[in-house]
Amino acid sequence: MRVPFLAVLPWRSLLLAMVTLFGVAVVSFVLLRVVPGDPIAMMISPGASPEDIMRLRASYGLDRSIPVQFVIWLGHAVTGDFGTSISMRQDVMHLIAGRLPATTELTLLALVIALVLGIGTAVLSTLSRRKLVGAAIENGNGILLAVPDFVWALTFVVLFGVAWQILPISGRIDPRISTDFATNFVLFEGLLRLRPAVVGDVLAHMIMPAFALALPLAAVIMRVLKGALEAEGQQDYALLAKIRGRSKLRITLQETLRNALVPTLALTGVQFTFMFGGTVIVERIFSYPGIGNLAIDAVINRDLPLIQGLILVFGLIFILINLAVEASFAMLNPRLRHG
Amino acid sequence: MSAPLLEISGLSARLRRPPHSPLLRSVSLTVAAGEVHGLVGESGAGKSTIGKAILDILPDAIELCGGTIRFAGEDLTTMPAARLRKLLGTEIALIPQDPMTALNPSRQVGSQLTDGLRLRRGLKGAALKQKAIELLRDVQIADPERVLALYPHEISGGMRQRILIAAAFSLDPKLIIADEPTTALDVTVQKEVLRMIRNMQKIHGTGVVFVTHDLGVVAQVCDRLTVLYGGMVVEQGETAAILASPSHGYTRALIDATPRHDRAGTGMQPIPAGIVADLKAQLSRYGFGPSGHV
Repeated sequence: MRVPFLAVLPWRSLLLAMVTLFGVAVVSFVLLRVVPGDPIAMMISPGASPEDIMRLRASYGLDRSIPVQFVIWLGHAVTGDFGTSISMRQDVMHLIAGRLPATTELTLLALVIALVLGIGTAVLSTLSRRKLVGAAIENGNGILLAVPDFVWALTFVVLFGVAWQILPISGRIDPRISTDFATNFVLFEGLLRLRPAVVGDVLAHMIMPAFALALPLAAVIMRVLKGALEAEGQQDYALLAKIRGRSKLRITLQETLRNALVPTLALTGVQFTFMFGGTVIVERIFSYPGIGNLAIDAVINRDLPLIQGLILVFGLIFILINLAVEASFAMLNPRLRHG
Repeated sequence: MSAPLLEISGLSARLRRPPHSPLLRSVSLTVAAGEVHGLVGESGAGKSTIGKAILDILPDAIELCGGTIRFAGEDLTTMPAARLRKLLGTEIALIPQDPMTALNPSRQVGSQLTDGLRLRRGLKGAALKQKAIELLRDVQIADPERVLALYPHEISGGMRQRILIAAAFSLDPKLIIADEPTTALDVTVQKEVLRMIRNMQKIHGTGVVFVTHDLGVVAQVCDRLTVLYGGMVVEQGETAAILASPSHGYTRALIDATPRHDRAGTGMQPIPAGIVADLKAQLSRYGFGPSGHV
């Protein structure tokens, strides 16, 4: 069983990642051009002549065949040039790079919230001897599993934005607060530069979308972890620990939790990638300037280069998350650690 | 005569949920200090249930429904939880069945071996390490210092079982429950491990409840034995006497079903159906009826 696991892992995974990304590029490129919806139709003024339309079409290269278009696009893409957004007249990579930090901060915050809530409730319900606590957690979990992120988002807006106006319902930061930051990671940089006003305002904007994204994930984490904790608790080593006089709290925190986290983490990784899908709707609801919101604008405007770039970025994020999950297995599981 | 180390009397257990299938039916047995007492029977005979009941690790689905388990005169089944927790691990220890699952895969062997010494005796640092090395020497592990820093997946099954034996004896308990300690091991390793348990037990003067389905193992290590069938005691007494002339047909059948090297050619005999039918009839006379477990 002593396969040199990690020695092989990164190269194999990276190669697979490249192949996957290429597949995503081909499929999305073809699909985008086959499905109805003409970007030129969105741009022209009502009085444009057929010749004007033809000229415009040719200037974007859309009069060529799909394979030729793809080869041209790929030739530029490998150099990092993903073209110019049709609707916003800006470089696609520049647009995405400007929006990505907002989404990164939002999803990471949501992930932290989901992990804390999920692991916390799973451990609590494992430890609690009272039937009432267990039943309360179990039922709460059922509700969280059933309600999707956008319903939470709308509920939060109604509760904390309209009925009880304590949180801002749109945007990322109050425009009156000046930031002279080097990056667009406003939260991270605000923390590093110790700017409580900025951090506080950004968090106030993020808290509702982050919780909307986090609650469904927290429910999944809790459900899986609780099952894994119960299974580990029946293992001989946990029984032995009990006989050795360790309390249930210690057995759970020091013996079983670590082993139970391994399957939970695998699932969290997969579910975390789904959360990026969730950002598309949730960011829209809160007018949060991330790539999810950008994606909706791009689709509405049939902005082919921008959609194409966004699909690739989403694909890359999925792949990176999965690599990170694999790497963290080795941290938790000593059986994968030694080469 | 002083009180025996362990005295189980009239112990009954059943499934917690209806139809409350009985698992133990009024089992009584005693284990003297320094005695190795075998619990023998087929799967489902209740031998492991007895071991788990003593250690208070019965699965949630099983409940005790009568009888007492007296350890040095004190009833474990009615003892306050705090007192029981103190006894378990220090005075009563377990050698588990499967060394593959009985060590936590994500903790080093050494820290698991010394849990008891650390938590119960407050040993630490160099003294703890010294004691750990001694323990591993006792179970004949070469290069103990290296082994302490390994993870369970890095050592063999026989070695894991020896570490678990060392851990069980580490606090010098008065009673050890050995739950099929050699079943999961290679035949070649089995003998060695049995001899080790026997030696350690003699040196420490420990009483042992030895759960097994293997009469060959019983003949090697047990002073006395209890034969169980369907949660009921079938026969009890000195090992040598019972193996030489079993008084119950079921015991006879079990002996015939055990492969023996000194009887080459005769082969193993299946347990005749008549005896089991007879036991079943006996069980229904106890009033357990058709819902019984057999």
